[in-house]
Amino acid sequence: MEHLFWVLLIGAAVIWCIVIGAAVYAQKASVPDREQQARHFIVWGGAVFPTVVVGALLVWGLVILKDITPNEGDRTIRVDGERWWWRVVYDTDDGPVPTANEIRIPLGETALFKLTADDVIHSFWVPSLGGKMDMIPGRETQLALTPQKLGNWGGLCAEYCGGAHALMRFDTVVMEPDEFDAWLAAQAQPATVDPEDEGYQVFTEEGCGSCHTIRGTDSIGPVGPDLTHFASRERLGAGIYKMTPDNVSDWITDLDNMKPDIDMPSYPHINGARLEALVSFLMSLE
Amino acid sequence: MTDEIDLSQLPPAEPYDKARDEAQRARLLDVWKKPTGWRGVSAVNNSHVGKWYLLTSFAFFVFAGILALLIRVQLAVPDNPLFSQSLYNQLFTLHGTAMMFLFAVPIFEAVAIIILPEILGARDLPFPRLSAFGFWCFVIGGVFVCGSIFFGVAPDGGWFMYTPLSSDPAYSGLGTDIWLLGLSFIEVSSIAAAVELIVGVLKSRPPGMRLNLVPLYCWYVLVVAGMILFAFPPLIAGDLLLEMERAFGWAFFDPDRGGDPLLWQHLFWIFGHPEVYIIFLPSIALIATMLPTFAGRPMVGHSWIVLSAVSVAFLSFGLWVHHMFTTGLPEISLAFFSAASEAVAVPTGIQIFCFIATMLVAKVRPSVPMLFAGGALAIFVFGGLTGVMVALVPFDWQAHDSYFVVAHLHYTLIGGMLFPLFAGIHYWYPFVTKRKMNDRAGKWSFWLMFGGFNVAFLPMHWTGIMGMPRRVWTYQLSDGWGLLNMVSTIGSFVFAFGFLVLAINVLWPRGKHAAAPRNIWNAGTMEWSEEQEGTPWGVRSIPYVHTRYPLWEQPELVGEMDRGEWFLPDAEEGERELIVTDILDARPLFVQRVGGPSFLTLGAAFCLGAVFILATFHLWTWTLFFGAGFVAFVLRWLWTGTARIPEKTTKYVGRGITLPTYAQGNKSVGWWAVFITMTGDMTAFTGLVFSYFFFWTALPDFLPSLADVPAFGPLMGGLALMLVGWGMTIAAREALRKDNGTISMILLVGSVVIKTAGIAAWCYAAWAVGLDPTVHSFDAMVWMLILWTGLHLILDAVMHGYVIARIWKHCCTPIFRADVINLTLYGHFVAITVIVTFALLALFPLMMGVL
Repeated sequence: MEHLFWVLLIGAAVIWCIVIGAAVYAQKASVPDREQQARHFIVWGGAVFPTVVVGALLVWGLVILKDITPNEGDRTIRVDGERWWWRVVYDTDDGPVPTANEIRIPLGETALFKLTADDVIHSFWVPSLGGKMDMIPGRETQLALTPQKLGNWGGLCAEYCGGAHALMRFDTVVMEPDEFDAWLAAQAQPATVDPEDEGYQVFTEEGCGSCHTIRGTDSIGPVGPDLTHFASRERLGAGIYKMTPDNVSDWITDLDNMKPDIDMPSYPHINGARLEALVSFLMSLE
Repeated sequence: MTDEIDLSQLPPAEPYDKARDEAQRARLLDVWKKPTGWRGVSAVNNSHVGKWYLLTSFAFFVFAGILALLIRVQLAVPDNPLFSQSLYNQLFTLHGTAMMFLFAVPIFEAVAIIILPEILGARDLPFPRLSAFGFWCFVIGGVFVCGSIFFGVAPDGGWFMYTPLSSDPAYSGLGTDIWLLGLSFIEVSSIAAAVELIVGVLKSRPPGMRLNLVPLYCWYVLVVAGMILFAFPPLIAGDLLLEMERAFGWAFFDPDRGGDPLLWQHLFWIFGHPEVYIIFLPSIALIATMLPTFAGRPMVGHSWIVLSAVSVAFLSFGLWVHHMFTTGLPEISLAFFSAASEAVAVPTGIQIFCFIATMLVAKVRPSVPMLFAGGALAIFVFGGLTGVMVALVPFDWQAHDSYFVVAHLHYTLIGGMLFPLFAGIHYWYPFVTKRKMNDRAGKWSFWLMFGGFNVAFLPMHWTGIMGMPRRVWTYQLSDGWGLLNMVSTIGSFVFAFGFLVLAINVLWPRGKHAAAPRNIWNAGTMEWSEEQEGTPWGVRSIPYVHTRYPLWEQPELVGEMDRGEWFLPDAEEGERELIVTDILDARPLFVQRVGGPSFLTLGAAFCLGAVFILATFHLWTWTLFFGAGFVAFVLRWLWTGTARIPEKTTKYVGRGITLPTYAQGNKSVGWWAVFITMTGDMTAFTGLVFSYFFFWTALPDFLPSLADVPAFGPLMGGLALMLVGWGMTIAAREALRKDNGTISMILLVGSVVIKTAGIAAWCYAAWAVGLDPTVHSFDAMVWMLILWTGLHLILDAVMHGYVIARIWKHCCTPIFRADVINLTLYGHFVAITVIVTFALLALFPLMMGVL
């Protein structure tokens, strides 16, 4: 794939120079008695040459296409596009493990993403790892990625989906396989929440649980992102803000500025000790 | 009688007589002069309407360009708080929409309306009032769509309006309705222009200009107008489905109700990709016209260019799916459409190499138009090469919807369309204004725009490769896209400044400057034969043309035309007259009388505009009111302006030739206009048929069981009635021909009654099984097909009423019966619609049920 890019780039540069060079030369020179040669020039330069070049490129492109579209992966990750965040589910032998807005994949393995959308069309893209694939309501599409380097590569929605399209991102963390297994096992666990926790009290009083799920508690809302291991994520608000107590606090009270037009309402009336308790509770969900 | 005309053996012209010449000129002036004062808006002549069209298109270009600058300002730095996401989404949607629908396509029509008749040595296009009507539709619709941004309700779904973002009122507001209805209205004007231009090239050529002598520009116009005719209707069908879903909840794109969001993408891009070539080819046509002038010799490979243009047009309809490579299509589709997309490189390559070859064998005179043409080549070839890249599926998966594609499309459109157009502005400015533009300012504007453009768009390739997606109003500092974006923003302002220089150069008042020489560039094409100011008739007399570059190869021609030695040198009857010729050999067929200044077209456009605007706000009563007004204006326009019975059946046009003054059937231009319009209509219908089969292939349970499809009996009965009605219309035509007007009128009344019964039977068939268009896509599709047929029958009934009145008032007679012939032609197309609809409603479910 990377070969393809460099060949295309250099090839395009060379062809451009030849064509423009020919035009500049033709403009300066004048060979009125060479009409027959001019016709040969059209046939070879305008017809034969492009036919050969694009024909070869086409075949090469299709061969690469075969390589990058496997139908099986080492593991399956289901991603569902929402306005404007990502619902992520890992299929494991012990059942599905839900999370949101962050994807972790082990180095060197092929991850097969099964992509769906709930409301409008989105597109799943990790620019550094490979191509993109649309997420279309009523359909399931798939995309295989095989990361070769550790790191956080980011990711974003590539199909315009209205409103906060620009703020629909996610983190893509490539991990060593054993670290990944440990992480996934931790994600599969329910949260350890003390029902008497002051912050959890605020969480339930404000009705957060009617939209958000914290596995292991009474909060099983299906609408928004799963918060069971909320604080284990690198970022907040679908890959937008660093996961810090201040940002979480602003997110709760000043959402209209943090990410306008989204379904979650702002809660400016939560303040003082209640806000502190709620934030520290959320930051404890690791 | 026309077969007897041998154009090469005409008698000599009468000797020149100054008094006669002046008298003839006075009469011509009287007939062709523009109305003065405020009545000027009723003008319909191509030179006036074309100029308005051009200036209006450029006004929308400036508007959309300012939007682009605002976009660049917002993206200049990361985390820019300048615009809200809501306003930004409106800005980029409107930028794309206005550039595509309000500039790129209309400017083609504008340029063609100005220069096509003159290149053909004609005085006007065959339907001047239709051009004027199309222009006013364009103005009203364009102002409506663009004005919405000042009220904060501009469309914000992207210029491609993907469903369900655009179909579900929960996700999109009034702006989407404004987009749908405003643009549908503008599409009416595009199709009007296409009909006008096709008939213009086919039937309004000068006597003797056989097909192989047709100038390259006219070939391109013919090809592009044909493409408009086949590309816009699928979008109109898509608009119809989408607006029915938005306004009435019909289920076409909602997957929960058996709809499919991808259907819209297919209908949109079946339009959207040919659209790119609809924009590109007319500008290449300008280069193909200018280049021989500056080379001082005919184009090398004339026929190859024509064939290449035709093959680009064909190919362009077979590669729309390359806009959908990331929608999860099967590999076989990807391979096919990738190959089709790559194939376009070949005919495009041939055209470019023909241009280079022509320069090679000639001494090219440097000039500002050639400078712009050279810049166009450099930019466009680059855009074409990145096009070859994105047509490869693996590359596209990376580049799609990123700034790489933004860069690619601007390279192709600005290189392939805008720079050639600017070349054309400098080239034809002396033709339109009889003055020459300033060369120094021309060079300045070129280098500013060329430099600014590349500074703005070259870095975008890399921005895209780095992962910046399209249509985002902001990005973060940590993304690292800031520097490249800042460079692009600076470049865009340099580009804008270059355009400002060009605009000042164009608009600079030159009334007191000396007039430019008549054929200032020493061109070979007919438009430069036009006389100086004060001669609104175009050509003094309509010439006999028997070469490709008449002004080079028939050196006596201009003098002969000026002295009135050729055809129609006079306007004795006070009519605006053209010569209509046959398609292949351009033998003169008859004298066409065209309409002069009129407020009817203005009124019709105003009422139709009101219909679309009021429907946007669901003000149905007023919509109906203005709909009736529109019909009234159009009927009046037709009644007073078309198929008028002439005061004498033949007319002497000069050089020993006498031509009829009335035509009907496939000799007449009206018949061709109906035929071409209905071809477009059939294409829209094909869009609906495509939708039906798309649902059938995409959804396993699209067809319900046989018990739940409309019953065969009433459908069959309805079909029979409608076909009998069709037969009665044909019988009415024959009855009139045999001088039996009364029977003809009775048959026409009967035809309407019996067809109404037929469509009622179909409605009953769908209603009886309880089909509800808001429940499932099958129900919606069935009702849509019935609605489509029904709307055509309503129009059919209005036209029957019109023809009955024409026969009653002796405006349509056994001899002069163009009206009833055109009515039956329309009837044939409706009959095809009826038969195909029957097959979809009755036969196909039955066949599938039995299998």
